[in-house]
Amino acid sequence: MLNTAMLHLPEIGQFALILAFIMAVLQVIIPLFGVNRGQLWLMGYARPLAVGQALFLVISLVLLATSFVMDDFSVAYVAANSNSLLPTPYKISAVWGAHEGSLLLWVTMLGLWGVAVALLSRSLPLDMVARVLSIMGMVSVGFILFTLETSNPFARILPSPPQDGADLNPLLQDFGLIVHPPTLYMGYVGLSVAFAFALAALMSGRLDAAWARWSRPWTTAAWIFLTVGIALGSWWAYYELGWGGWWFWDPVENASLMPWLVATALLHSLAVTEKRGLFKSWTVLLAIFAFSLSLLGTFLVRSGVLTSVHAFASDPERGVFILALLGICVGGSLLLYALKAPTVASVGRYDVVSRETALLVNNLLLVVMALAVLTGTLYPLVYDFMGLGKLSVGAAWFNTMFVPLTVALALLMGVGAMTRWKSDRVSRLGGQLWIAGVLAIVFAIVVALLLSEAVNGSVVLGLGISFWLIFATCADVWKKSRGRLGKIPSLGVSYLGMVIAHVGVAVTIIGVTMVSNYSIDKSVRMVPGQVETLGDYQFEFTEAGTIDGPNYTSQATRFNLYKEGKNIEVLTAEKRRYHARGSVMTEAAIDVTLFRDVYISMGEALEGDAWGMRLQVKPYMRWVWLGAIFMSLGGFMAVLDKRYRRRQKKEKLA
Amino acid sequence: MHPQRKKRLHLILFLVLAVASAVGLAMYSLSQNINLFQTPTQIANGEVPPGRTIRAGGLVVEGSVERDQQGLGVTFRVTDGQSEVPVFYDGILPDLFREGQGIVALGEVNTEGLFVASEVLAKHDENYMPPEVQAALEQAHQDGKAQMEAAAKEASY
Repeated sequence: MLNTAMLHLPEIGQFALILAFIMAVLQVIIPLFGVNRGQLWLMGYARPLAVGQALFLVISLVLLATSFVMDDFSVAYVAANSNSLLPTPYKISAVWGAHEGSLLLWVTMLGLWGVAVALLSRSLPLDMVARVLSIMGMVSVGFILFTLETSNPFARILPSPPQDGADLNPLLQDFGLIVHPPTLYMGYVGLSVAFAFALAALMSGRLDAAWARWSRPWTTAAWIFLTVGIALGSWWAYYELGWGGWWFWDPVENASLMPWLVATALLHSLAVTEKRGLFKSWTVLLAIFAFSLSLLGTFLVRSGVLTSVHAFASDPERGVFILALLGICVGGSLLLYALKAPTVASVGRYDVVSRETALLVNNLLLVVMALAVLTGTLYPLVYDFMGLGKLSVGAAWFNTMFVPLTVALALLMGVGAMTRWKSDRVSRLGGQLWIAGVLAIVFAIVVALLLSEAVNGSVVLGLGISFWLIFATCADVWKKSRGRLGKIPSLGVSYLGMVIAHVGVAVTIIGVTMVSNYSIDKSVRMVPGQVETLGDYQFEFTEAGTIDGPNYTSQATRFNLYKEGKNIEVLTAEKRRYHARGSVMTEAAIDVTLFRDVYISMGEALEGDAWGMRLQVKPYMRWVWLGAIFMSLGGFMAVLDKRYRRRQKKEKLA
Repeated sequence: MHPQRKKRLHLILFLVLAVASAVGLAMYSLSQNINLFQTPTQIANGEVPPGRTIRAGGLVVEGSVERDQQGLGVTFRVTDGQSEVPVFYDGILPDLFREGQGIVALGEVNTEGLFVASEVLAKHDENYMPPEVQAALEQAHQDGKAQMEAAAKEASY
């Protein structure tokens, strides 16, 4: 056997992390000093330092992953989160399975975003690059120091390391958890680029259309990662937690939703700043808030202040450290804002009926949504902190807040995309959109009637706003292409991106409406041979047995699923007992089509052969996530827009 | 008034009104939707009005779990070391539900003092104790000590 302790890989990893820290410190000081003195050669250090910092961070992360793959249980973090029986892909994903490794991943991604900025900013003035990378360096310094001081993933258990590891939490032994955290972190950390651009522009006093144009693709890129990350998290919770819920208003989910809402507002506000030179200070403020909320998310998840399924780590020292980082970051940037923002003048007028107003109201709605989530998330913490007792804010509250705001937002989205800049007329908009409005109402009522005899008001509302959004968007495309399909591609990739993203919102709303109103479920005691009917489906419990997995043994039940007397699928649900921790996980059996999910999960073994089983039919479940795929695709198209590169080339020539 | 300013004033008034109504709606709704955590002692003492949705929790008393012969109904008692409260739940219990384990349940107390749970949570960790339950146990322990001390004082008089 290879003696990995002799190789000193973890020590080299830690050393690389320290080198990255030094690089980050230099990345903060040298370029900013250069800007201050007007020395181009000093500013020029920003790019190589960013690349160097990222290189050492990647080395550090790869060495930690190597320790996992080589089963080096003398490393405390590996011993706590891996096991020799763990399949190799999970050994690698175990790197971010708990606190220390997640942080290392977080800072590595920050480093990689820095490299992306360094490489893709050829057209930016060097002093802006220097400022942006210096600010990103500050964030790096804080978080690498945090990792080294409070959460060193390379700490050893010597001289007597355990024979085997305690295993990765079974909840996390899953494909969803290989991809969900890195994607979400890419989004969280990506917002630091928008933040750095905003602060750099504030520092230089150059808050102009050019700044907004530089900032837009970066913000959109981060937003895409956030969107995909949140959808992946929801999908993972749906199939892995075993009871078919896809959004719990859990504080950890809220922690990712808040930056998403504010980042969405920021995207739209940046559009106004780029096109019309307005909302400048508001845009800066949104960029600060979006990143602060992702730091707050990190604090909530990583400090252990929460009681939720995600809060695996708890250590007050860490909480205080992150809170201090959060304070410095928010306080510092708001101070800079207070000093510099009054000098920023937004020139330009717009009428009450104009795209500017529409986007302003869009921003307000999104920010109010984010505030609602923030209130609901922090209220129990504040209440507890003040010694008033323990409470929780129920999902019902978040739903009450979100439904009216989403309705208002969707109604506005239909109009907003069509409204002209500066000034528009209600009569013109009405003339364009009344057909879409009438069609939406008629379709919503007809579909709701087809779905059930009794008209369900919330279904009509949900479908109505979705159809409105789709029809109004189509009306806009029709108008802009003058009714010729062949002209649609020439409308511009970023306009079409917006169309797809907005339709994505409608798709998600349809999914949420259908699955919330028409899901059916029942919990039953079943013995082999028994047939249960739920909705249009018959569930025949055929057999029960055991399955041996690589590091678990599961009790399994097999079902024949029938629809109209035809056997459409054989489903196997499992209850896995993982050897290392002895913990039990429910693996639901899910049959997926575009229009419904059938979901079977095992409860407890009752006396004899009987099992408690939960059977569910969830219509349009996939649409919830399909909408998110549309939204991210739309975002991707917007980033691809040649406009960003073409104009930059012109500036280069000039 | 300058027409531009008038427009702006209208916009601001509209925004203030919108924000005020949103905040009002939010706070009213929040007061309706918070679920306070109540300890078994508080429930046993009748401090919780029947029909109000609360969260309750404690340790599942050893040997108290009884299943219905039909269906999935299950009855058990939870304790904070001082008082016990009977809980009824009709549905699938979480994987880590076990006697002696700390649980938190969402539901309401009926007029007979039975806690009817609509949701039972047990965390995915063998050694994890819900913080609410931890606090309830400590509270009950301290109350018990205080009572004993009071009794001892009385006896010494």
